[in-house]
Amino acid sequence: MEHTANDTLDFHETTEESLKLEVASQWQLMWWKFRKHKLAVISGIIVILFYVVALFCEFFSPTVPTTYLDVYATAPPQRLRLFLDGKWFPHVTGYRGERDPVSFRKTWEIDYSTYIPVGLFVHGDPYKLWGLIPGDLHLIGPKNPGDPFYLMGADMIGRDVFGRLIYSSRISLTVGLVGMVISLSFGILLGGISGLVGGAVDNIIQRIIEILMSIPTLPVWLSLAAVVPIDWPALRVYFMISIILSLISWTGMARVVRSKFLALREEDFVMAAMLDGCSRGRLIMRHMLPSFLSHIIASITLWIPGLILGETALSFLGLGLRPPVVSWGVMLQDTQKVAVIARYPWLLAPGGAVFIIVLTLNFLGDGLRDAADPY
Amino acid sequence: MWKYLLRRSAYALFTVWVISLISFAVIQLPPGDYVSDLVNDLRAQAGEVSPEWEQRMREIYGFDDPFLVQYFKWMRNILTKGQFGYSFYYKRDAVEMITERLPMSFALSFLSTMFVWVVALPIGFYSAVHKYSIADYFASFMGFFGMAIPNFLLALIVLYLTYKYMGQAVIGLFSAEYASAAWSWGKLLDLMKHVWVPMVIIGISSTAGLIRTMRANLLDELNKPYVETARAKGLSETRLLIKYPLRHALNPFVSTLGWMLPSLVSGETIVSMVLNLPTSGPILYRALIQQDQYVAAGFILMLSTLTVVGTFISDLLLAWVDPRIRLQQ
Repeated sequence: MEHTANDTLDFHETTEESLKLEVASQWQLMWWKFRKHKLAVISGIIVILFYVVALFCEFFSPTVPTTYLDVYATAPPQRLRLFLDGKWFPHVTGYRGERDPVSFRKTWEIDYSTYIPVGLFVHGDPYKLWGLIPGDLHLIGPKNPGDPFYLMGADMIGRDVFGRLIYSSRISLTVGLVGMVISLSFGILLGGISGLVGGAVDNIIQRIIEILMSIPTLPVWLSLAAVVPIDWPALRVYFMISIILSLISWTGMARVVRSKFLALREEDFVMAAMLDGCSRGRLIMRHMLPSFLSHIIASITLWIPGLILGETALSFLGLGLRPPVVSWGVMLQDTQKVAVIARYPWLLAPGGAVFIIVLTLNFLGDGLRDAADPY
Repeated sequence: MWKYLLRRSAYALFTVWVISLISFAVIQLPPGDYVSDLVNDLRAQAGEVSPEWEQRMREIYGFDDPFLVQYFKWMRNILTKGQFGYSFYYKRDAVEMITERLPMSFALSFLSTMFVWVVALPIGFYSAVHKYSIADYFASFMGFFGMAIPNFLLALIVLYLTYKYMGQAVIGLFSAEYASAAWSWGKLLDLMKHVWVPMVIIGISSTAGLIRTMRANLLDELNKPYVETARAKGLSETRLLIKYPLRHALNPFVSTLGWMLPSLVSGETIVSMVLNLPTSGPILYRALIQQDQYVAAGFILMLSTLTVVGTFISDLLLAWVDPRIRLQQ
């Protein structure tokens, strides 16, 4: 049914199909419109994949983030090969490490004579899914636990960059969400009041927003993050950082909500509901909110990247989340020195993850914004 | 026009005042102060420090005064003597450090703004006029690319690439021989050689945003009846574009300065830390870590004031360019 309707939007105007279009709900129309935006759909799928990986990171990661094999510190990435001598045998090659006699730096060579068999659904490091369900099944990993398996190389103390990258996604992706919920509530509350009440209240709130917007965010984020005590538990720091990030970003949301309220206030159906004696709460929740919910969802998608970038920047500077919590920014802390990047460029991998998620969220948000007004 | 000017300046002043309050309050937030840091250091080195001594130090620095009293003293010194307080960590006047570093931050932000404008104007214009051409898609893609890459990561990648292919990482704004030398033509030339790397890195995400704004604005204008009329009366396409829609589409260049400046200053702060530039970024960072409160507050205040002044100028420019805004009141 959806296929035919999609075609209707494009060319055909047969009566039966245009009827379908007329009775379609708002959300259905949006979905049809969104589907046409191929790039946004692909991005949406990638974003969902990222969040699924983040949700089950214990399973998708070959190791747990604390596992380290210090013999393999700073080992370069291995290439996954599927065949050996024309036969199906997924494997990675082993390493041969040598210490440079002059600089004492460890140099790695690929040892083509040793093969490390790799399999899907292997048993490896034990973990607790969401801290509750014990398990040791990993999507991919070496068949013999303990073998070196570094798809993205090893970090300075021999931890698997790939595995930590996957674990980090849980923190990095949700910091944006938690921050979003906070700034959204602020934004809707203040933007709503501003748009509904108007007059002096609106004026004051708008001035506050303008002042907050004219402050360069990073210095303020830095100074607020520097306040978070070092001895705080990880979870508290995590929420604190989310709050700090959303302290400034709610202003944009408030503006969107306000402009929507102002536009809707003039609409006939709002007037009708008001004359019917709807209470203000019902007016907002039942009549106004549904008509701009789609815009809010689109704006959220475009705002989350900013929060993810903010967390990454703060943690990179050492003022955001701190080890043992792993986030992309925390992982990037290692790359602060030029010498480190020059020798071990694979440590920049978390930057790639940030790049992909921010890019796809932007594409997705663009598609959603276009679809948000299907009429 | 005068009324508008007056209102805007009163408003800018008020904003700066609120910002001063915020920056001072933020700096006061951390538990403990410089004296407790000092006491910890002394204890670690020499052993005992008497509580009386600690108390006296607090009194000398005025740390036990209520917040408003401290704020008032701080503001009074800034306004009457131009004093921002004393850096406990560097043992020198905060104002010296600010005057040393802030002009560099200002210059870098200014150059980045110029870069953003110079790049975004032709590209945005071209993509709007040649909508859905390959170049347009390429520009859009590059725009998204520039928006998605965190600027500090870009700085890291540039560091890596220059180290790998040129044997030396591009760090700082000056070559070694000019770093601490007095200003001269040679030093200025040397600065010119180095400055473009941070300039591009800082400007790139704003460029991306501005290209999109420019393109969208121009596309709106291109469909309006007056363009059609001009075309109908036989104006050549180039003249038509330059004479009417382009002037309209230039508005965002001035008006976006308001949101561009805060993000440029933010970008400048973090990129300077990565590339170790002699601007306010690295010193602000160290001041925050060391709880060097007057330096940190001074820098936040001055950086924010710079942004407000920039926004103020952009508002005036906008009123000058666009009579609709000027005559509204």
